[in-house]
Amino acid sequence: MSTLLTVENLSKTYVLGGGWFGPARELAALTDINLTVEAGETLAIVGESGCGKTTLGRCIIQAQKVSKGTVTYHPKAGGDVELTSLNKRQIKPWRQDIRMIFQDPMSSLNPNMRVFDIVAEPLRIHKICKGRELEERVISTLEKVGIPAEAVGRYPHAFSGGQRQRIGIARALVLDPKLVIADEAVSALDVSIQAQVLNLLEDLKAEFGLTYIFISHDLGVVNYIADRVVVMYLGHVVENAPTEMLFERPRHPYTELLLEALPIADPLRRKGRKTEVRGEIPYLGNRPVGCPFHTRCKYAQDRCRTEKPALRPINGTAQEAACHFAETLDLKGAYEDAPAKEFA
Amino acid sequence: MAVDTMTPVQAKARAIVPAKRESQFGLMWRRFRQHRLALVSLWVVAAFYLVAVLAEFLAPTDPSAYSARYTYAPPQGIQLIATEPDGSWSFQLHVNGYKTEIDPVALRRTFVIDPEERIPVQFFVPSKPYLLAGFIPMSVKLMGVTEPRAPFYVLGADRLGRDLLSRLIHGTRISLSIGLAGVTLSLFFGIIIGGFAGFYGGWFDTAVMRVVEFIRSMPTIPLWLGLAAAMPKDWSALQTYFAITLILSLIGWTELARVVRGRFLSLRTEDFVTAAQLDGASDWRIITRHMVPSFMSHIIAAATLAIPGMILAETALSFLGLGLQAPIVSWGTLLQDAQNIRTLATAPWLLTPGICVVVIILSMNFFGDGLRDAADPHGR
Repeated sequence: MSTLLTVENLSKTYVLGGGWFGPARELAALTDINLTVEAGETLAIVGESGCGKTTLGRCIIQAQKVSKGTVTYHPKAGGDVELTSLNKRQIKPWRQDIRMIFQDPMSSLNPNMRVFDIVAEPLRIHKICKGRELEERVISTLEKVGIPAEAVGRYPHAFSGGQRQRIGIARALVLDPKLVIADEAVSALDVSIQAQVLNLLEDLKAEFGLTYIFISHDLGVVNYIADRVVVMYLGHVVENAPTEMLFERPRHPYTELLLEALPIADPLRRKGRKTEVRGEIPYLGNRPVGCPFHTRCKYAQDRCRTEKPALRPINGTAQEAACHFAETLDLKGAYEDAPAKEFA
Repeated sequence: MAVDTMTPVQAKARAIVPAKRESQFGLMWRRFRQHRLALVSLWVVAAFYLVAVLAEFLAPTDPSAYSARYTYAPPQGIQLIATEPDGSWSFQLHVNGYKTEIDPVALRRTFVIDPEERIPVQFFVPSKPYLLAGFIPMSVKLMGVTEPRAPFYVLGADRLGRDLLSRLIHGTRISLSIGLAGVTLSLFFGIIIGGFAGFYGGWFDTAVMRVVEFIRSMPTIPLWLGLAAAMPKDWSALQTYFAITLILSLIGWTELARVVRGRFLSLRTEDFVTAAQLDGASDWRIITRHMVPSFMSHIIAAATLAIPGMILAETALSFLGLGLQAPIVSWGTLLQDAQNIRTLATAPWLLTPGICVVVIILSMNFFGDGLRDAADPHGR
């Protein structure tokens, strides 16, 4: 597997206020993010609301300027492209390779455009094809995502949420991209529709040889679709591990907390389990010194309050965590609940 | 699968244009039609603008043709039935002539309708050649009298014996077009300035909004008066007309700029705009193809609601003698003739332009309200 995308030391700082009156305040949404995306994998980015996962997605795709650091794209043809240093005109050709699927299927489709035009828009902007060829390409893409050709003349309001999300997926895929960033792509959908759309994404990945960055807060969905998971907390990457390893044996207390909060469908197995979530996620503008998680961590020591842990491989495996005690802590995974058989 | 003689592509291509699809304007029109008052107002407004366009054809006489014999002649009223002295009657469109009487007390000459004298009125009477709307040569009027010297004052005559109806019709053209031109100009500045402010934000936005607030905090009448007074006296009628339009839109653009800016601001964060940006679309394409269509209906409604203000402002300025000047006929200049009580007592029909102002302003407002409600899918 070759590396498709590298994010190095990426930081994003928002400046708040700073009008004519009053001083400006800085709010660090992302701090020193490092990650790589391998070609063909599905990388999930998870975390609570406000942890910066959406901002990270938007910085990768250059919907927002980064404050520091680089995002480098490695096309198959060779030659590295540093996306962060390109201007609007220079980045345009690479927009074909990196595409985005949005969270809210209600607002991500222009209500004044017909479905055909919505999906054709990227082809027209990049002047890839026109006339009969354009029609064919748009319609075949729409059919691949399950929108029948008869419906392409309709406006988005005529479709249900799941169908709209399919249209959004078609818009992303019509340019034949390499990397697709799905920002909470199924969060706004009903559970049954979620499964359909997830399966569709899996199928399309196999068919087009796609790579996904899958941004989600839903660990169940992530477990289903992702090959690797990046856990974010307060603008930091706290753990980065293959999905199975992470669910089996998390190495960061925050990951354990997230896994504990996973709902379990079986009431017998759920019995006796007590999820302990302490405290609120701190305000970004008032970030704790030391480990960002120490205010809520039940294993926190004095060292955690002063020294910030770096993200490092644990015991030489592919699992990386940013915790001083990652090797020694015995953290519970998702599958470690009491076996249900004694109640049978 | 059924046997299909078309190739799959042809079948799909055919499906691209389905039988029924409803655009946003289609939906808007459907909602608008449910608003009765607005619908009626639309027809009233349309009728007024039709009058403005066809002014030369509809006006029975030249608006500046005067007649010393018929100063302050009262409205004649068009009669349908002609009764002969022997009691028989027939349909004949006509007006009655005037008799003059001397008021024995005031020793003033007054006009009395003379039922004996019948002046036949005809449709499509030949007239002196003229240019309809400035470019279509015609030599026929909708209505008129065939006898050349006979009086024809359906709405009465003014101080110089000019036909009020003809003047009113020509005044409609000036007053309504100044409203439209003013709003068009305001819309132009409003969309460009407000659009820039809303789309790019930042210091330009802040600066523009402060300027808008400054302009809007100034009392308008003194400002207009000052600007209008600063106009050179020797400007031609056309120059004055455009200068007044410019003065009116100097205030008018601020409101529209605010509306446009607000729309841009709210749309800028919409996902479909981000999607267009990520498609690699240019700013121009994003604005014209993705943003403007989604608020065009709101802009139209806002513009419609701005027209009556323009018309009122022009009327007020001209009424005060600082807007359009005498040879130009507008509702404002017509109302100038009705400024003193004495003329009002002897010739109350000179107030007719005021009725026109009220009717058009009300209709425009109802029409604009209806449009605004129809354009807002979340309303009611």
